[in-house]
Amino acid sequence: MEELLQFSAKKKITFSFLIFAFLIFCFLILNKALNEDKIYSPKLEKNKNSYLPDFNLPQLFSPDQVLLSEIVKQKDFSLVNIWASWCIPCREENDLLKSLSNINSLQNIGINYKDKKKNSIKFLQDYGNPFNHNLVDYNGTESINLGAYGVPETFLINKNRKILLKIIGPINNNHIKQITKIING
Amino acid sequence: MIISNIGFSSLFLGLISSLVVFSCSVANVKKNSLSLSKIIYQFLTTQFFFVIIGFFILLYSFIISDFSNETVYNNSHSTKPIFYKITGLWGNHEGSLLLWLLVLTSFVLFFFIDSKNEPKKFRLYTIIFHQIIVIGFFIFILKTSNPFDTLYPIPQEGLGLNPILQDPALAIHPPILYVGYVGTSIIFASALGAMVTGYVNKFWAKNLKKWILISWTFLTGGILLGSIWAYYELGWGGFWFWDPVENISLMPWLSLTALLHCVSTLEKRDLLKNWSIILSIVTFMLSVTGTFLVRSGILNSVHTFANDPTRGIYILIFLFVLIFISFVIFFIFESKNLENKKEIFFLSKETSVLINNWFMMYFLSVVLIGTVYPIFLDVITSEKISVGPPFYNKLLIPFLIPFFLFMSVGPSMSWIKTNFRFKIAFIYYFLTTFTATILTIYYLSEKDLLLIILIFSLVFLFIKTVTNFFEKNTNYAQNLSHLGFAMLMLSILFNSISSTEIIKNIKVGESFNSKNERITFKKIITEEEKNYSSIIGFFEIKNDENKTIKLNPEIRIYNQPVIATSEAAIKTTFFKDRFITINLIKDEQLFNVRYQNKPFMIWIWISTMVIIFGGTIAIFSKKKNYI
Repeated sequence: MEELLQFSAKKKITFSFLIFAFLIFCFLILNKALNEDKIYSPKLEKNKNSYLPDFNLPQLFSPDQVLLSEIVKQKDFSLVNIWASWCIPCREENDLLKSLSNINSLQNIGINYKDKKKNSIKFLQDYGNPFNHNLVDYNGTESINLGAYGVPETFLINKNRKILLKIIGPINNNHIKQITKIING
Repeated sequence: MIISNIGFSSLFLGLISSLVVFSCSVANVKKNSLSLSKIIYQFLTTQFFFVIIGFFILLYSFIISDFSNETVYNNSHSTKPIFYKITGLWGNHEGSLLLWLLVLTSFVLFFFIDSKNEPKKFRLYTIIFHQIIVIGFFIFILKTSNPFDTLYPIPQEGLGLNPILQDPALAIHPPILYVGYVGTSIIFASALGAMVTGYVNKFWAKNLKKWILISWTFLTGGILLGSIWAYYELGWGGFWFWDPVENISLMPWLSLTALLHCVSTLEKRDLLKNWSIILSIVTFMLSVTGTFLVRSGILNSVHTFANDPTRGIYILIFLFVLIFISFVIFFIFESKNLENKKEIFFLSKETSVLINNWFMMYFLSVVLIGTVYPIFLDVITSEKISVGPPFYNKLLIPFLIPFFLFMSVGPSMSWIKTNFRFKIAFIYYFLTTFTATILTIYYLSEKDLLLIILIFSLVFLFIKTVTNFFEKNTNYAQNLSHLGFAMLMLSILFNSISSTEIIKNIKVGESFNSKNERITFKKIITEEEKNYSSIIGFFEIKNDENKTIKLNPEIRIYNQPVIATSEAAIKTTFFKDRFITINLIKDEQLFNVRYQNKPFMIWIWISTMVIIFGGTIAIFSKKKNYI
C-alpha cells in the first residue's frame, strides 16, 4: 500500500483523471436518482392501459413455482394482494378479502412479502385464508417490480393482467363497492 | 412572527461573520506576523454566538408552541409534553440542520482555542477549510431549509410530532450522533491544513487524536442510542436491521476506527501518513454522504423528513465540491509530506495496524456497496432490488474469523519489532479457548462449521483481551474498548443463534406455552394520557420454578396525528430479555400476541457502553500513550 500511495508525476495525472471521471459518473447517477420518482408504482396515472408484469414465484403451500399469467387465466378477475404477517393493517383487511372470495368470477391471489414462512402460515391459520393462490416473495423484489411500495397493497386485474384498480394501503368498504362495481360491469 | 425574523436575521449575520473569518484567514496567510489576527477569534465567537441565538429562538418557539413558525407548526402540538416539545426541535429537517450548524461552529471555536501551541499556518489553513464547510451549511440552511419561515394566518394548532419519534433514547440520539458526525469535519479540515503546510507528523497526530477520540466516542454513543430506540420503540424485536440509514452511521465509524489506529502509528513511528490523510478525508466524506442520502429523500425511512429535490441537489453539489477540493489538495501537496522509508517488520504493531486498516476498508466497502448499489442499479437498469441481512452475513461473517484472530494478537505486538518467544501461556490460551468453545457449542447445540470456527476465534479474542489486563504495559483504555468489542460480538452471536419467537391470537383470560414457560393473558385496561390513549395488556409468565414475571405491553393511539403504535413490554434480566407485543385485531375479542425470548440482549448495550467507556477514559487520560 505504501508503494501504491507514493505516486510518480505521470501516474498522478492518470490516476487523478480516473478518479475525476469516476466522481463525475457518481455525481450524474446520484443526480438522476434524486430526480426520479421515489414512489414505485406502475405508470397507472400516465397510461390508463397498464398491465401487471408477469413473473414466476414460489408457492406458500407447495414447492412448485407458478407463473402469474397461468393463474390469472383461471378466472375473469383476479385480486392481487401483497401482505405480510408483520403488517398490522393486513390483519384488518383480511375479513374484507374473505368477503370478496364469495364472488364467482373473482379469485384472490396473495403475495406474501418479506416474511417468514412459519409466521405467514400461522397468520393464515389464525385469521383465515382469503386467498385462492398463495405466492411467496421472500426478498420483496417481485413486489417492487409490481410497483408496490409497502404492504398492504392490492391490484384488481383482468385475464390479461390489465390493472383495473390499484389500492395503496388497506382496503375498506368503499373499495369493496368499487371492486364489485367493476366486476359486475 | 417578530421573533422568527430575529432568528433569521441572526443566522444571516452568522453567515456574514463566517465570511469575515474566511477572508481574514486568507489575508492572514500572506502576512508574516507570528500570531493570528485577533479578528479571526472575535468573528469565530460572533459566528457561534449568532447560531446560538438562532438555536435558542427556535427552541423558544417550540416551547411556547408558536405556530406562526412553520417548522413548529409542522412538528409540534400544544398538548405535547415539554420534553418532546424541546426535542421536536431536531426531530425535523430544518431544526436538525440548525443543530448541525451549532455543533459545527462550536467545534471550530474549540479548535481555535485548543490549538494555541500549533504552527500558525496550520491553524489558519484548518480554519479556512473548516469555514468552507460552515459557509456551505449556512447557505444551505438560509436558502433551502430556513427554520424560521412564518405562516399567516397563524394556525390554532400544530400538526404534531411523529409518535415513533417520541422516545427518550431517540430524543437525545441526534445531538449525540451529531457531535460524532460533525466532529469529523475538524478532522477533515485539519488533515487538509496539515497537508498544505507540510505538517503531517507526530505532533499533528498527537493533537488530532483527541478530536478523533471525541468523534469516535460520540458516534459510538449515537449509534447505540439509535439501536436502543429501534429495539424498545419500534418493537420489531431487533436492534440492527442493515437499514441504509443505520449503515450510514456505521460507515464513518468504521473509517474512524481505522483512522484512530493509524494516527497512533503516525504519532509513535511517523508512519502511515497517507493512510491517515486519506482516512481523515474519507471519514468526513462519508458523514456528508450520509447527510445527503438521508436528507435528500433518495432513501425512504423514518429519518427522511422532507423530499424536496432542491435540497438534495444542493448537498450533492456541495459534497462533490468538497471531494474535488480534497483530491486536488492531496495530489498537489502529497510530495510535501513524503512517507518515511522505514521498513515495517512482519511481527510488529505497525503490521497489525495495517492489517486492521485493510479489514476496516473491506467491511466499509461491503456496507457502502450494500447501501449505494441499489440506487445505482435502479438508475442504470431500472431494476429494483433490496439488500438485506443475508448479503451482509455472507460477505462479513467469513472475514470476521481472521479479523478476530488478528485482533486478539495485535495489541500484544510491540512497535518496530516483536521478539516472539514461545511461552507456556500460549498452550493455556489455546486449551481454555478450546474448552470454552466446546462448552458453548454443546450448550447451543450448534452444528454449522463456520459458526463453530467463528465462536472459537471470538472466544479466543475474548480470553486474550481479558488476560491482557493482567499484563505489564497494558493500555487500559484501549484494552477496555477491545474487551467491549469482544463482548459485543459474543452477545450478538449468542443472541442471534438462540432467540425464539411465538405468535398467538388469544382472548383475555387465555394462556399458551413457550418451552418451559406458561404465558397467561390476565386482563386489559384503558388509560387516557395527555397526548394519547392506551390499551394496556396484563400478562403473567410462569416458569418451571413457579416464578412469576409480569409484563404489560401497550397499544397507544396518539391523537395528533392519529396513529396507533404498539409498545413492547420488555422484561430484561441478566441472561435474557422477554419481549411481548400485542396488536389489535379489528372487530374481534382476540389480541395478536408476540412473545420472544432474546438471550444476552442487555449485554449488547452493556458491551457497547464498555467500548464508549474505554473511549472516554482515553479522552480524559493524561498519559500520552493511551493507545
